[in-house]
Amino acid sequence: MKAAVIVFPGSNCDRDMAVAFERAGADVTMVWHKDTALPQDVDIVGVPGGFSFGDYLRCGAIAANSPICQSVVSHAERGGYVLGICNGFQILTETGLLPGALRRNAGLKYICRTVELTVETADTAFTSGYSVGQSIHIPIAHHDGNYFVDDAKLAQLQDEGRIAFKYADNPNGSVADIAGVVSKNRRVLGMMPHPERAADEGHGGTDGVAMFRSLMDQLATA
Amino acid sequence: MKARVYVMLKNGVLDPQGEAVRHALGSLGFDGVEGVRQGKVIELDLAEGSTESTVTEMCEKLLANTVIESYRVELMG
Repeated sequence: MKAAVIVFPGSNCDRDMAVAFERAGADVTMVWHKDTALPQDVDIVGVPGGFSFGDYLRCGAIAANSPICQSVVSHAERGGYVLGICNGFQILTETGLLPGALRRNAGLKYICRTVELTVETADTAFTSGYSVGQSIHIPIAHHDGNYFVDDAKLAQLQDEGRIAFKYADNPNGSVADIAGVVSKNRRVLGMMPHPERAADEGHGGTDGVAMFRSLMDQLATA
Repeated sequence: MKARVYVMLKNGVLDPQGEAVRHALGSLGFDGVEGVRQGKVIELDLAEGSTESTVTEMCEKLLANTVIESYRVELMG
């Protein structure tokens, strides 16, 4: 599996994400935001967490219009895989690859702690290593993780089984407790929690490992 | 010429910052504040001859996220 991790000014989870991919056996290339092309034959693009462009204007808005993001959108439109975590999720909603938007947390506070998530679908390459209804513990660290979609779009996400993860105890006001969603073709996942920060015993938890392993299993055989 | 763009959360989208301001006003003794919405004002210095439709395009592409925000453009000559 070949993975590319995008680096924006202000990204701070890019190396953690690269390590998580590498541990799962992927070849990882770091790609600077001013690059216009992804490395050839990339299977999956990781859009990492952080504070790209200082969260100026809106979280993810400037990054979504950076040169490399055009290539990320094309990659997704060709059926390529994309994983956006935290700021990466915000960027993917800003590009339109994923529906909805992330607003300021309902309690207005930046929240940094490990939360319990429920796996809502195992029918994606990202989540096939989990079982539906499984409870996992993954850290969150965000100020703008309050997911919004309108009622019609929410109904569509539910009907199509595109909600990947829900919060067991909603920390930020997200509509329908949503912590992560996938695209219509199920190959683009955006989530606020950080599976790459639960990928080593030293992290205090390893519930994120299954995501990177199942991606490896699915994409290595593709 | 200048243009001013007002970006607000759409009606129906909860504005937690506006709510916090409303509470703060209440605790300062300002009664009767029934709602507060907080938005952004963006001022643009534009070359002469720029059109409102260009500014609208800027709003659609970058300045506002139309999933949750509405915008209004004011040209100021």
